[in-house]
Amino acid sequence: MRVMVFVKATEASENGMAPTPEMLEAFAAMDRFTEELVEAGVFVAAAGLKPSAQSKRIAIEGISRTVIDGPFAEARELVAGFSIWEVKDMDEAIAWAKRCPNTMPGRSEIEIRPFFEAEDLADFVTPEELAAPRSGDRGKLGVA
Amino acid sequence: MAADGTGTETDRAIEAVFRIERARLIGGLARSVRNIDLAEELAQDALVAALAEWPRSGVPANPGAWLMTVAKRRAIDAIRRDRMRERKHEEIARTPDESADDVAEAIEAAMDDDLGDELLGLIFTACHPMLSSSARVALTLRVVGGLTTDEIARAFLSSEPTIAQRIVRAKKAIVKAGLRFEVPRGAERAARLPAVLEVIYLIFNEGYAATAGDDLVRPRLAQEAQRLGRILAALMPADSPDSAEVLGLLALMEIQASRLEARTGPDGALIPITEQDRARWDHLLIRRGFDALARAEALGADGPYVLQAALAACHARAPSAAETDWPRIATLYDRLRIMMPSPVVDLNRAVAHSMAFGPDAGLRLLDGIDDLAALRDYAPLPAARGDFLFRAGRLAEARIEFEAAARLTRNSREAAFLTARAQACGE
Repeated sequence: MRVMVFVKATEASENGMAPTPEMLEAFAAMDRFTEELVEAGVFVAAAGLKPSAQSKRIAIEGISRTVIDGPFAEARELVAGFSIWEVKDMDEAIAWAKRCPNTMPGRSEIEIRPFFEAEDLADFVTPEELAAPRSGDRGKLGVA
Repeated sequence: MAADGTGTETDRAIEAVFRIERARLIGGLARSVRNIDLAEELAQDALVAALAEWPRSGVPANPGAWLMTVAKRRAIDAIRRDRMRERKHEEIARTPDESADDVAEAIEAAMDDDLGDELLGLIFTACHPMLSSSARVALTLRVVGGLTTDEIARAFLSSEPTIAQRIVRAKKAIVKAGLRFEVPRGAERAARLPAVLEVIYLIFNEGYAATAGDDLVRPRLAQEAQRLGRILAALMPADSPDSAEVLGLLALMEIQASRLEARTGPDGALIPITEQDRARWDHLLIRRGFDALARAEALGADGPYVLQAALAACHARAPSAAETDWPRIATLYDRLRIMMPSPVVDLNRAVAHSMAFGPDAGLRLLDGIDDLAALRDYAPLPAARGDFLFRAGRLAEARIEFEAAARLTRNSREAAFLTARAQACGE
């Protein structure tokens, strides 16, 4: 199964503060962890995201669209980066996530979200609908 | 009973950690005791110890090292016990200085030789060319992939005793041959690598292309092969020319797997690549395939897997079937038939040339296939010839070929398709 692993933002990642020597050491530990994931055939892709100060939100209500500029409050609800893993089950994903080094001072959080698979959609999407041609190159990462 | 629920969850978490470490653990232990069965037993003992210890102490920072230490202890204890027993039986024969402790210490020293390549050593041993390819496949899925014999049996439409027997025999053969569970070096590694790649691609194809087997288990085989390919690509030295074919195979699997969802219709019928809805291809896998292929090509090798991956990449790169770079595909087949001579490659080459340079080019190549007799009952041959003749406007001849192809195929949907093409040729 494929999961997306969100690394939640913290005060530190949001403030984009210059990395301390401790943080640089932690980044190196993160590199080693990623290498472990690659060597286990688990790692598929990953990316880091800029702080919310450089983000926009688009509020949608009826026909109105309102652009809201970052930064946004509640760092813990924000995402600082993500990676995509291929694992046998959720237990394996959890076991790997627990090994992730702590690159941020203080408390931080990782969230594991499984991708929809074809069988998850079986109840409300027919095989015909699932197989129906969809226009455009969606560059999709899963079935839904 | 909240406590029970928590306990079960803890056990599952510990078992998940164990599954991650299992293959490397077995590889390291087998290298010391030269016996996969014993290594599996020792690893299992270590899991039992972890299930008893970790709920209290928490999962250690380096669980792999913890499990290995426990398993080694057990191994040394077992060896000491055996030695003690032996000494009782043959006290006279034994020289005084060869005590059980010395032997155990020597083994302990050997066990501390951690080269970090236990998993790679296990893969090369399970895929040793002295074993039949079916034994290599079963053993690799069992000890490296961690599949149960039941899962392997279901995937290969075989019985569990048959698969279990095959694995037992392979393990015994390894003990008998005294294999050292090491990664071969230099020329030997290059010579042993094809047997490893063959196993991975066989597993992949069984999951991806096989016409038999349990539908629920087979996708797991394709994924397992991809995982093995990714592991192998990560563990092999990146700059070695040997790595080119590893990366080529990985690229081939990633790109082929990207079409998994698009290659069957809702009724289960196979959809040919030129007809597939490209929006349903998995672009993440395509990207990974392109990456691996670029790394393989940078190593300057031109092996069969790199070439097949390059072929797969041509289709993946084309925004639509009409935009396929057929001249490049034709060139790649020209090279592939030298690396991997086979009448099927010759046939595919003729199809590529017909798409690139017209039906007459295809017909010329078809007639020139050396081992045409080998394709006598192969439906794709008359189907291709029919297609070339049809496009050349020779409808009466095309009709005969399509009819012959329809008779040869064992797939009823394909037969219907070919009959329709025959009818489209008119009387």
